[in-house]
Amino acid sequence: MTDSAQVLAAGSHFPPGIDSFNFRDWFTGLSDTALANVFTTLTFSVWLSVAILIVFFLWAYRKPQIVPTKRQWLAESAYGFIRNSVSIDLLGKQAGVRFAPYLTTMFLFILVMNFWAVVPGVQISPNSHIAFPATMGIIAWLVYNWVGIKKHGFVRYLKITCIPPGSPVFILPLLIPLEFLQNILLRPVTLALRLFANMFAGHLILLVFTLGGFVLLNSENLFIQSVSVLSWALTIAMTFFELIVIVLQAYVFTLLTGMYIQGSLVDEH
Amino acid sequence: MIQAAEGGSGILFPIWQEIVIGAVAFGLLCFVLAKFVFPRMEKTFEARVDAIEGGIERAERAQEEANQTLEEYRRKLASAQDEAAAIRDEARADAVAAKEEILVSAREEANRIIAAGHANVEASRQQLIRELRGEVGNLAVDLAGKIIGQRLAGEAATEQTVDQFLAQLSDDSASEASGAR
Repeated sequence: MTDSAQVLAAGSHFPPGIDSFNFRDWFTGLSDTALANVFTTLTFSVWLSVAILIVFFLWAYRKPQIVPTKRQWLAESAYGFIRNSVSIDLLGKQAGVRFAPYLTTMFLFILVMNFWAVVPGVQISPNSHIAFPATMGIIAWLVYNWVGIKKHGFVRYLKITCIPPGSPVFILPLLIPLEFLQNILLRPVTLALRLFANMFAGHLILLVFTLGGFVLLNSENLFIQSVSVLSWALTIAMTFFELIVIVLQAYVFTLLTGMYIQGSLVDEH
Repeated sequence: MIQAAEGGSGILFPIWQEIVIGAVAFGLLCFVLAKFVFPRMEKTFEARVDAIEGGIERAERAQEEANQTLEEYRRKLASAQDEAAAIRDEARADAVAAKEEILVSAREEANRIIAAGHANVEASRQQLIRELRGEVGNLAVDLAGKIIGQRLAGEAATEQTVDQFLAQLSDDSASEASGAR
């Protein structure tokens, strides 16, 4: 299905490179049209993620009760976790409840997309293509800037964002460009890159140990062949490690977005 | 490896189709969850808070009610105790009165019996006296006959006869009285 799977089956092409992240179009006739890259394993897993989340939440929250059922509790705790420990914690009760749906959706979307990195048969997350983290970063950028401009007005928002409180006047010429760069321009980039790099590296590490195992197995030396078992054991270990990264990165992305929104909503100092 | 018209790999140069797909997918997810799921969750949270606070309120009300009922029962109990004491006192008074009554009637009965006894004795005595009188009469007649029979024998003899008769009479009456009893 995936190229990496083919590589894996062929037992060649070691070490894995950029090519391992490229996916063939499902319908080769579309490759030269605008619909290229629309039907691939990656986009399929994106749609599947969305479908899973929508179906689960609609199903789990079909008939909400005061005393929740198990699945209702699960759905509520996913929302309640981001709502209470990120959104309300950072933004306060009123704004927290307002932004909780956005932050929770983002968290769940990234989480499930990341999760494909350890699903057998896929084992790559859409987030290891920069496009998807970039999309989330751009949306976050639009949201926190929009919120800030709406609350303070454009000029005052820029002033709040670019001039740290209590900074001496003579340092401002240096500080303002830096703050502007950091707070307005680089935030979406760092958000996207952090997520992308983690998922990319995770996939790469899994590939290295899996393909490395095959390479070792193909060697002439019996001792080196037996080391391939160790390599595959490390693949499994790294998969568990990857699980942690998956959850952590989704959380970090959400937490940082929440903090940016918080920064936009602060009262003028 | 087939790659998009953008040329670069999808790694660092974003494939625009993927950006569109990501945005649409996220937008769809956001729309559905934020419209159909999360508001209902907020409502459920509120309902839950309401239920808990309402529950506390209800519990407080129930507690108050229970206190009132307890107070009422205490009052009722106290009045019942008072009533019981009153009834007991009354019963005691009744008992005393009844005892008194019984005593009085017993005393009356006793008096009546004693009186009847006295009357009986009196009647016996009267009868005795009556019989005695008759006897005394007869004896007097006897005595008179005897006295007349000895008239000639002198004054002294008469006196002796009378004395003798009286002595005999007292002996007789004593023996008769003891016999009648």
